[in-house]
Amino acid sequence: MSVETHEAVHRHEPPTSFIRKYIFSLDHKVIGIQYILLALVAVIVGMAMSVLMRMNLSWPGTNWPILATLFPGGAPGGVINPEFYLSLVTMHGTIMVFFVLTTAPQGGFGNYFLPIQIGAEDMAFPVLNMLSFWVTLVGFIVILSAIFFSGSASTIGPIGGWTGYAPLSALGQIAGPGQGMGMNLWIISIAIFCVGSLLGALNFITTLLNMRTRGMSLMRMPLTCWAWFTTAVLALLSFPVLLGGGILLLLDRLAGTSFFIPGGLYVSGILSGTNPSFPVHTGGSPILWQHLFWFFGHPEVYIAILPGMGATSHILSTFARKPVFGYRAMVFAIFAIGLLGFFVWGHHMFISGMSPYSAMTFSILTLSIGVPSAVKTFNWLGTLWGARIRFTTPMLFAIGFVSLFVAGGITGLVLGQTSLDLPMHDTYFVLAHFHLVMGVASIFGMFAATYFWFPKMFGRMMSESLGKIHFWITFVGVYCIFVPMHVMGLVGMPRRYAQFTEYTFLTRLHPLVVFVSVVAIITVLTQFLFYFNLIWSIFKGKKAGANPWDATTLEWTTASPPPHDNFAGVLPVVYRGPYEFAVPGAPNDFVMQTEPETETERVGGNGHNGHRH
Amino acid sequence: MGRALAVIIWILTLGSVSLFFVKQWWFPTAITSHAAALDRQFLITIIVVGISFTAAQVGLGYMVWKYRERPANDRAVYTHGSNRLEVIWTIVTAIIFIGLAVMGQSVWASLHFNKAPAGSFQVEVVAQQFQWNFHYAGKDGVFGRTDPSLIDDSALNFIGLDETDPNAKDDETHSVIAIPVGRPVELILRSKDVIHNFWVPQLRFKQDLVPGMAIRVHFTANQTGKYELACAELCGQLHFKMKSYMLVLPEAEHQALMSLPQEQFQSRMTELLAKYPLPTY
Repeated sequence: MSVETHEAVHRHEPPTSFIRKYIFSLDHKVIGIQYILLALVAVIVGMAMSVLMRMNLSWPGTNWPILATLFPGGAPGGVINPEFYLSLVTMHGTIMVFFVLTTAPQGGFGNYFLPIQIGAEDMAFPVLNMLSFWVTLVGFIVILSAIFFSGSASTIGPIGGWTGYAPLSALGQIAGPGQGMGMNLWIISIAIFCVGSLLGALNFITTLLNMRTRGMSLMRMPLTCWAWFTTAVLALLSFPVLLGGGILLLLDRLAGTSFFIPGGLYVSGILSGTNPSFPVHTGGSPILWQHLFWFFGHPEVYIAILPGMGATSHILSTFARKPVFGYRAMVFAIFAIGLLGFFVWGHHMFISGMSPYSAMTFSILTLSIGVPSAVKTFNWLGTLWGARIRFTTPMLFAIGFVSLFVAGGITGLVLGQTSLDLPMHDTYFVLAHFHLVMGVASIFGMFAATYFWFPKMFGRMMSESLGKIHFWITFVGVYCIFVPMHVMGLVGMPRRYAQFTEYTFLTRLHPLVVFVSVVAIITVLTQFLFYFNLIWSIFKGKKAGANPWDATTLEWTTASPPPHDNFAGVLPVVYRGPYEFAVPGAPNDFVMQTEPETETERVGGNGHNGHRH
Repeated sequence: MGRALAVIIWILTLGSVSLFFVKQWWFPTAITSHAAALDRQFLITIIVVGISFTAAQVGLGYMVWKYRERPANDRAVYTHGSNRLEVIWTIVTAIIFIGLAVMGQSVWASLHFNKAPAGSFQVEVVAQQFQWNFHYAGKDGVFGRTDPSLIDDSALNFIGLDETDPNAKDDETHSVIAIPVGRPVELILRSKDVIHNFWVPQLRFKQDLVPGMAIRVHFTANQTGKYELACAELCGQLHFKMKSYMLVLPEAEHQALMSLPQEQFQSRMTELLAKYPLPTY
């Protein structure tokens, strides 16, 4: 009787108005889904841009009549012009890195599952959480609008790559197409995004430290929570630097300051200070921008991939029906990657003119970061050793993550060396490296997460058959797209080239370029299977129970989808570690975290903590 | 399912590794001793990378093949890991990875820490949006004074050479770089507008040309010929067209070229560009 009263008092009902419930929602689950929707929209834009780029590279000069209609300025007569190509490069990178790889893993899945996995009713600051999403959405609208503002009649966005190196990005119109209003909007969008991410990061850190339920000690948290927590710390420390850098860059462009513009420049036939269109600049350092950008930019790589690592560990263990191998080592490895991630940014700048002594330091630190990355790989293999693997779609994508993380990460051993970076820098070798590890591996982590948690989020299973077709084509596809790019880099193919037709040494690569484009288009089209599966399953998927995967962590103790306050008013109590599979003597092959200790466990103290061995 | 996945992983691994080792697409032939040393370091590294990559993928495929779920109701091995294994693989990878980083420094050091030897042939490189300018000191071996305020592209004074300076009298500028074979060359790299990058694949190094800085690099080419020069740092709309050539000439031919007066210098360059073919790739 008293228990029931207790529940009744603490239950939180959702708001009844549609707008408060689904639009300006304070519920971390709704906000998480909003973030995921944002990423799902942004990734279509980003993918469409990559298809346009591949078309242009493989069949340069071809007339695509539809493009003449869609982009009269960028593809006059249906032929993609170089400035349009470069703005596609810029927008593709920016949208993918910020609005896909940073939103879905952290803002999306982190928001939805971090509070549930630690047994909390919501985030610590629900209003801040709502603001962080809406601020991010404004950033997305601003970046999209950048395509349509170039300061001239043609529709060309900013040109600068996602790194926006000064002084090209700082000089304004005078530096050519793509340096007008589009570039201002690009900087403003990123600044807005930084603010949104900061709000989110504060929330994640506070929630995790303060709102864990009874019994949920730090070392009983799922590895996903460790990953989201570390990611939030990285975001908290790195985004302010980019925000500051962005503001300085905007001042250089609009207020006549000279943070990144040195004196004596002569641009487009005009000497600095001799014409109103090119005011006098003096004393700035182009390399300063690179330091500020990469001080953020390198941790950003880990912001993109750490949540994928967390999800992979979580899902591998669940479908291997086996505890995570080396839980403690995994936690330390996440920390080591996060910490070292702040001291390696200079490896993007070996050829920048920075001191060669600094370069040597950055090189050694960079290869050191390979150690915790390798430790994680060994532990994933250890988790699979002696397992009883269930090959569900999320498991396939998690295994795919491990394979791709190794494939993409291991070439860091080449690029991290000062000397070997000299020929490889800014070639397709780099492109292949970071697309595999930061792009594709992270996305595989998110695919795994989507197939895994969809039943919890919507109460229905996704189609396994469609999911498996999606996996096979995508897995083979991404290998066929990105592995050939490595050898293009060996030959010396520079990135950010609108065409390769000018250079004789690149002509022999043409068959590979075409091959990559064809596979890329097939792989992109395959992704619509995933979209179809998502929408179809929301309405027609097989009904899922509370725990369809026989998993152990707290999100599987509550209903699918969870009620507004996550646990219907009764917070769970945690008695053991997160991955207690195959416990000898237990009735099932999984023991949930909420399962109270048995008498023998209390006496023997064996295994109940999840990491005692 | 498990076996299919294992086989696919192994096929992709084999395909990836062979794409490198068939050497159908590889570095162009090196033309400096620095580049040759770099190629050796690359070969060592790529072998380590290839072995680690293959081992990890074969291992992953093996786990997936062997430990698929059985119909029999038996359970997975109950273990939370092994501290001894963690220590072993942490130490082993640390030694290999950091060892590679240290090994890679020697080529870097030889390029950046030694000054160009005395008697090096110097060229000032002044990049601007979509064009290379090479400033040669001429017969006297002394560069004439340059000043940004004297730059006038419309008058073809791309580098701002002060014509009143006596040292500038015999200076030449050209969009192609011509250097002697077998003699150390020092480049002084500058930019007029945005960041560019000096990239000749046969030299195996890149260096940014940063406005406001004069960055020095040096090398000795050991093979005459004509090589393509590309810009490798996004510099704007026509970045992909910012192309030129590097001519590596026999010492005598080069000396003769450098002592020609301006008009003959230009026409002689045109002849030399036609004379030397590009390497066959």
